[in-house]
Amino acid sequence: MLGTVDRIIDSYGARQEALVQILLDIQHELRWLPRPVLERVAARLELPLNLIYNVTTFYKHFSLVPQGRHSISVCVGTACHVRGASRLLGRVSEALGIKPDETTADEKFTLKTVSCLGCCALGPVMVLDGEYMSNPNSTDIAELIEKCE
Amino acid sequence: MARLASVADLEKLRQEIVAARDPGKTKIAICSGTGCRAYASEEVIAAFRAELDQRSLADKVEIVTTGCHGFCEQGPVLVIYPEEICYLKVKPEDVAEIIDQTLVGGQVIERLLYVGPDGEQKVKESEIPFYHHQQRLVFGSNRFIDPCNIDDYLALDGYRALAKCLTEMTPEEVLAEVDRANLRGRGGGGFPAGRKWAATRNAPGDIKYVIVNADEGDPGAYMDRSLLEGNPHSVLEGLVIGAYAIGAHLGYIYVRQEYPLAVDNLGRALEQMREYGLLGKDILGSGFDFEIEVHRGAGAFVSGESSALMSSIEGKVGEPRPKYIRTSISGVHGRPSNLNNVETWANVPLIINKGADWFTAIGTEGSKGTKIFSLVGKVNNTGLVEVPMGVSLRDIIFKIGGGIRGGKKFKAVQTGGPSGGVIPEEMLDLPVDFDALTQAGSMMGSGGMIVMDEDTCMVDVAKYFLEFLAEESCGKCVPCREGITQMLHLLRLICNGEGQPGDLELLEEIATMTKDCSLCALGQSAPNPVLSSLKYFRREYELHIEEKCCPAHVCKALVTYHIDPNKCRGCGACRRNCPVGAISGEKKQPHVIDLDKCTKCDTCFMVCPPKFSAVTKLSGSEQLPAAAPAGEQEQ
Ligand SMILES: Cc1cc2nc3c(=O)[nH]c(=O)nc-3n(C[C@H](O)[C@H](O)[C@H](O)COP(=O)(O)O)c2cc1C
Ligand code: FES
Ligand code: FES
Repeated sequence: MLGTVDRIIDSYGARQEALVQILLDIQHELRWLPRPVLERVAARLELPLNLIYNVTTFYKHFSLVPQGRHSISVCVGTACHVRGASRLLGRVSEALGIKPDETTADEKFTLKTVSCLGCCALGPVMVLDGEYMSNPNSTDIAELIEKCE
Repeated sequence: MARLASVADLEKLRQEIVAARDPGKTKIAICSGTGCRAYASEEVIAAFRAELDQRSLADKVEIVTTGCHGFCEQGPVLVIYPEEICYLKVKPEDVAEIIDQTLVGGQVIERLLYVGPDGEQKVKESEIPFYHHQQRLVFGSNRFIDPCNIDDYLALDGYRALAKCLTEMTPEEVLAEVDRANLRGRGGGGFPAGRKWAATRNAPGDIKYVIVNADEGDPGAYMDRSLLEGNPHSVLEGLVIGAYAIGAHLGYIYVRQEYPLAVDNLGRALEQMREYGLLGKDILGSGFDFEIEVHRGAGAFVSGESSALMSSIEGKVGEPRPKYIRTSISGVHGRPSNLNNVETWANVPLIINKGADWFTAIGTEGSKGTKIFSLVGKVNNTGLVEVPMGVSLRDIIFKIGGGIRGGKKFKAVQTGGPSGGVIPEEMLDLPVDFDALTQAGSMMGSGGMIVMDEDTCMVDVAKYFLEFLAEESCGKCVPCREGITQMLHLLRLICNGEGQPGDLELLEEIATMTKDCSLCALGQSAPNPVLSSLKYFRREYELHIEEKCCPAHVCKALVTYHIDPNKCRGCGACRRNCPVGAISGEKKQPHVIDLDKCTKCDTCFMVCPPKFSAVTKLSGSEQLPAAAPAGEQEQ
């Protein structure tokens, strides 16, 4: 894990200007940012750990807890909102038993909200592991969840 | 690829590219933009490649995978040139037929054509009303260009404007031309680009930066994304020209990481520019050096604000600072920095190629050129549209957008995203113009245009934007942090049926305070959605408070679900699909919802067959129609 971190830091050079970029790449590979990783970044960039936490808690994309194996996103962009995204989010949330930004206890699913995915014509949109669905109802959602390993 | 050492080299290369292309050759432009990808356009493209290979037609027909064409509603979209036949909603299964019938047989497949509301079909793309009423100067090249191939851009006169600047114009002349064009920022504020460029150019210091704002924070818009994904070189060319005029040698592109395709396409575009020598040292032999770095944003709306964006580029938390000193004087690393929106930059090559006089002939007195909008919501033709400034909102929504879907009634249109406001029916003749929209209590914004119908609750929309802003306010200044929180608190109470007399006045008071006292434009504009909807739809707020009624049936707490016994035929769809078992009833008998169990998830409403439409939402004092006498119901 720390090998990955070092490789990513080396690709940018250990400089503060690249901090957000480095963290994004780490997040992309590990899907979350465990504390030892942040400590390594702090040590290599010679920055205080609290500054790293300042950045990781400010930007929404960073996650300080593990993510589920499957990701479900519900678009809550304006177009999807006026077409009923909050009802859709409610159905998904109920089916998984978690709120947005939470992960199920078995670490199978993480539920996220996103802003406009550029396919408003489909709205309200749900994306399960990269597959787009237009306004699934409760039964559709239950079936989709069932199918995931 | 050889590095181009001069403008002559560039022109020679351009001629070679054009000469190697046969204008009569059949070319299929297939949209691979984000919208169409959601409709599996990648599979359509793969099917084309496979079928053409199989029939040994691969070298007779060229497939161009392009960015968004704009008509995302009807995706996947494809256009066959030179005939300009436009097929919509194309499925992989249609591919063999398109090859046999159209490419080989010369026949048009009617099933895949655009059909208007009047039933009339259109073969050519330009005849489709959605496109016909647009003026696609900036966005129009998307449909001819593979964003991963710089030669496509060069074939369309790409980088000619840059060449002209580097060899025929001094930086001052470039600046003067942009200034004369009165190009105003497309990212929201509408500040004249020429003036901003001049401020950075004239600021003391040798090191200066130019920056593209591709953060696209408005949660209901995707035009910057589609431009970057579909035609990255148009933005990059504008940026290099700006750098030359301002005297910058490093540029940044701040793009949100949620746009992976834009990041990829940008990366490839930059590589190809470097290979051709359009980036790096001594560009086209002019002696001008310029480099570009891509910086991905990690998800923070406020980081789209200029001073916040610049501290984000430094690797810090992207919070705004007071702007006693403007970023054009002290921006990234305390150096003069010029920030413009994606679309603003993309206009620059056009202005240089065609001249400021040409540009100022388009639009209104104070707003020149065109504007791209993301026309979405309850409108028939969802998509990206580019219109000359001055066109009325009505024309955009009804002529281009094809009116409201499902035969519903228009209620309002929202422009400017979380910083903008709603515009009601009686103001639909308002022109698209920076100043006119601001006067109406909204703003041009970056181009989000969300159409709302009678089923949209204005209080809920105001609450939606405040929820977004409450989450995104950085919390650095109290008026914004607390003002938004308190306004949101009141709106939540109102939507929950707990609103009190006097709430609206209190809302207005807090809104005014937040507007006047916040540090950055996020807080200063945050009250706009509330104030504008209060101005035009006050009665709707009052109904929520006084009668606990949400006339649009959106606010969950004020709505109950019922089944109209006169309409229900007992098909059982709602009962089978209800996730909480709240619906009961015998086969072929009217069903009933147990309101104590109902979670208002809307599933019954969605699955009730349209021919029955028996599930009804009620609010306030609304009641189900009285049950018809038993005899009538039997038949
Ligand atoms: C909270 C906030 C968010 C903003 N987000 C964006 C954005 O996502 N994209 C953008 O181009 N401008 C955004 N702006 C406007 C920028 O501050 C700036 O005015 C603009 O990028 C300048 O470019 P322009 O003059 O070409 O429009 C935002 C402003 C504020 C206050
Ligand atoms: S708002 Fe959801 S895809 Fe655009
Ligand atoms: S994404 Fe294909 S037309 Fe917009």
